[in-house]
Amino acid sequence: MTMRVDPPEETIAGVLAKAFGNRSFLIGLVITLLIVAVALLSFIWTPYDVTKLVIADKTQAPSWAHWFGTDHFGRDILSMIMIGARNSIAVALVAVGIGMGIGVPLGAFAAARGGLADEALMRVNDLVFAFPALLSAIMITATFGPGAVNAIIAIGIFNIPVFARVTRAGALAIWPREFILAARAAGKGMTRISIEHILPNIATLLLVQGTIQFALGILAEAGLSYVGLGAQPPMPSWGRMLFDAQTRMVTAPWMAIFPGMAIVITVLGLNLLGDGIADILDPKSRRRR
Amino acid sequence: MTAYLLKRLIIAALTLVLASMVVFAVMEILPGDPARLMLGMNASAEQVEVLRDQMGLNAPLVLRYLRWAGGLLSLDFGRSYTYSVPVIDLVRERVVVSLPLALIALALSTIIAIPVGVFSASRQGRAGDTLTMGAAQLGVAVPNFWFALMLIYLFAVWLHLVPAGGFPGWGAGIWIALKSLILPAIALALPQAAILGRVARSALIEVLNEDYIRTARAKGLPYRAVLWRHALRNAMIPVLTILGLQFAFLLAGTIIIENVFYLPGLGRLIFQAITQRDLIVVESIVMLLVAAVILINLVVDFSYAIVDPRLRGRQ
Repeated sequence: MTMRVDPPEETIAGVLAKAFGNRSFLIGLVITLLIVAVALLSFIWTPYDVTKLVIADKTQAPSWAHWFGTDHFGRDILSMIMIGARNSIAVALVAVGIGMGIGVPLGAFAAARGGLADEALMRVNDLVFAFPALLSAIMITATFGPGAVNAIIAIGIFNIPVFARVTRAGALAIWPREFILAARAAGKGMTRISIEHILPNIATLLLVQGTIQFALGILAEAGLSYVGLGAQPPMPSWGRMLFDAQTRMVTAPWMAIFPGMAIVITVLGLNLLGDGIADILDPKSRRRR
Repeated sequence: MTAYLLKRLIIAALTLVLASMVVFAVMEILPGDPARLMLGMNASAEQVEVLRDQMGLNAPLVLRYLRWAGGLLSLDFGRSYTYSVPVIDLVRERVVVSLPLALIALALSTIIAIPVGVFSASRQGRAGDTLTMGAAQLGVAVPNFWFALMLIYLFAVWLHLVPAGGFPGWGAGIWIALKSLILPAIALALPQAAILGRVARSALIEVLNEDYIRTARAKGLPYRAVLWRHALRNAMIPVLTILGLQFAFLLAGTIIIENVFYLPGLGRLIFQAITQRDLIVVESIVMLLVAAVILINLVVDFSYAIVDPRLRGRQ
C-alpha cells in the first residue's frame, strides 16, 4: 500500500478565490487570452486581405478604414498585426516546448543522480549560457540560411539550460522529503519517483518559468525577425514589420508604433500572468525579476 | 577563497575550450569550400586544391582545430574572404564602437536601476513603489530596438537634438562621437534597468527583513545608513548575478541596436558578413563575443568574493 504524505493540498475553490483577488494575474490573463483570441480569429477573418498589395493605398495614416494605417505596399497594419500574433505565439510556444522537453528531463536526472552526472550537466549549462540566443541564431542562419524554424531552434536551445536549472533546483529541494523516502521504501525506482512525485511538486515552478520564457521568446523572435534572421516575407511578423518601418520613421511612424505596441502588450500580459501565478501558488517565493 | 577562485577559473577556461569546439564544429559542417569561395567559380580544380593546401584545409581535423584555436589565442583569426584583410583588423576597427556602447549602456542601466530599487524597496507597498514597479514592469516588456525607433522619432526626427544614426568616428572629437552613442545607449540601457531595478528591489526587501537589520536600527543607526550601508551591500549578490547575465543580453542587444542606428560596430560587420557568406568573420566575432560573456561571468564570480566576505573565509 502506498501512503501519500504530500503536503496538504489547497482546495481548488481556495486557489480560484485567490486568483480572482490577484490583480496582476487577472490583468495578465485577460491580455493573454485576448492576444490568443486575436491570433485565432486571424485564421478565419482579418479586416483586409494582407496577401493583396494595394499600391494606391500605400502608407496611409490611421483612419476609420484602416485603424492602424497601411504599410508601404498598402497592406492593412491591423490585419498584419493579427496574423503576426500567430507567428509570435507559435515560435515562442514551440521554443518553450523544446526547452521544457529537453531541459526538464535533464534537470530531473541531474538532481536524481547527483555527483558526476550533475556536475557534467551544470558545465554544459554554462556552455549554452555563453551563447546568447542571437549568437546561436546567427550561427544557425550562417549555416542553414534564415527562416522561422531556425529562430525557433535558436530560442529553444537557449531555453534548455533555463529549464534544466529550474528543474534541478526544484527537484533537489524535494528529494530529501519524507514522502520520497516512503516511495523509495516502496521500491520505486529513480525514474518513477521523478515522474510520479518530483515533477508534480515542481509543476508550478515550471509553469511560472514557462510563462517567463514564453514572454522572452516573443521578444527574441521579434528581435531575430527584425534583423532578418527570423520569419521571412511575405509572412507577416511583428519584428519584420518594425524592420520595414525603420526607414520610414519620418513619413509613416504608425508603421513602427503599432507593431511595437503589440509586442509590448503581449509581453506585459505574459509577465503579469507569470507574476500572478507565482503569487497565488507560492506567496513566499516571490519571483525575483 | 583561493580554492573558490581557482575553481571558477578552471570552469571558465573549460567552457571557453568547449565553446571554441562548438564554433569550430559548426564551421566544419558548413557547406561550401572557402578556397573555392576565394578563387571564384571559374578557378580550376587544381588551383583550388593548391590553395586548399596553402590554407591548410587538407590537414587532419584535430590539427586544423589546434591551429585555429592557437591562432585565436594570439588574436590571429585568419583572413576575411571578402575583404582579403586579417579579420583582427576588421574587428579592431569595429570594436571601438561596440565596446564603448555596451559599457555606457551597462553603466547607465546600473546607475538607474540601483537607486530605483532602493527607492522602491524603502517604500514597499506605498504609492511610490507601486508606480515605479509598474513602470519597471512596462520597461521589461519593451523590445530595445522598438524603443530605439521611438527615441529616434522623438529626439532626432521631432526635436533634432541628436543625429538619427551613423557614427562620425572618434577622430571627429570625443563629444561629437559620444553624442551619436547617447540614443543607442539609452535604448539598450532602459529595458535592462527595468529588470535590474526589480531584482534590486526584491533582493533589498528580503535583506531588510533580516534580524541584523533590526539590530542595526535598534542600536540607533538612521534608516538611510542601514539601507545604504548594510542592506544594499548584502543585496548585491543577486544584483551582480543578473548584471553578469545581462551583459550577454547587452552584447546581443548591441548587435541589433547598431543596425537601428547604422553604427559601424561588430553587429553591422557580422550581418554584412552573413549576407556575403564571409563565414570566417562570422565565426570569429561569435567566438569573440562568447569569450566576452564567459570572461564577464568570471569577473562576476570574482566580485562575489569581494562583496561577500563570507566567501573569502571559505575554503
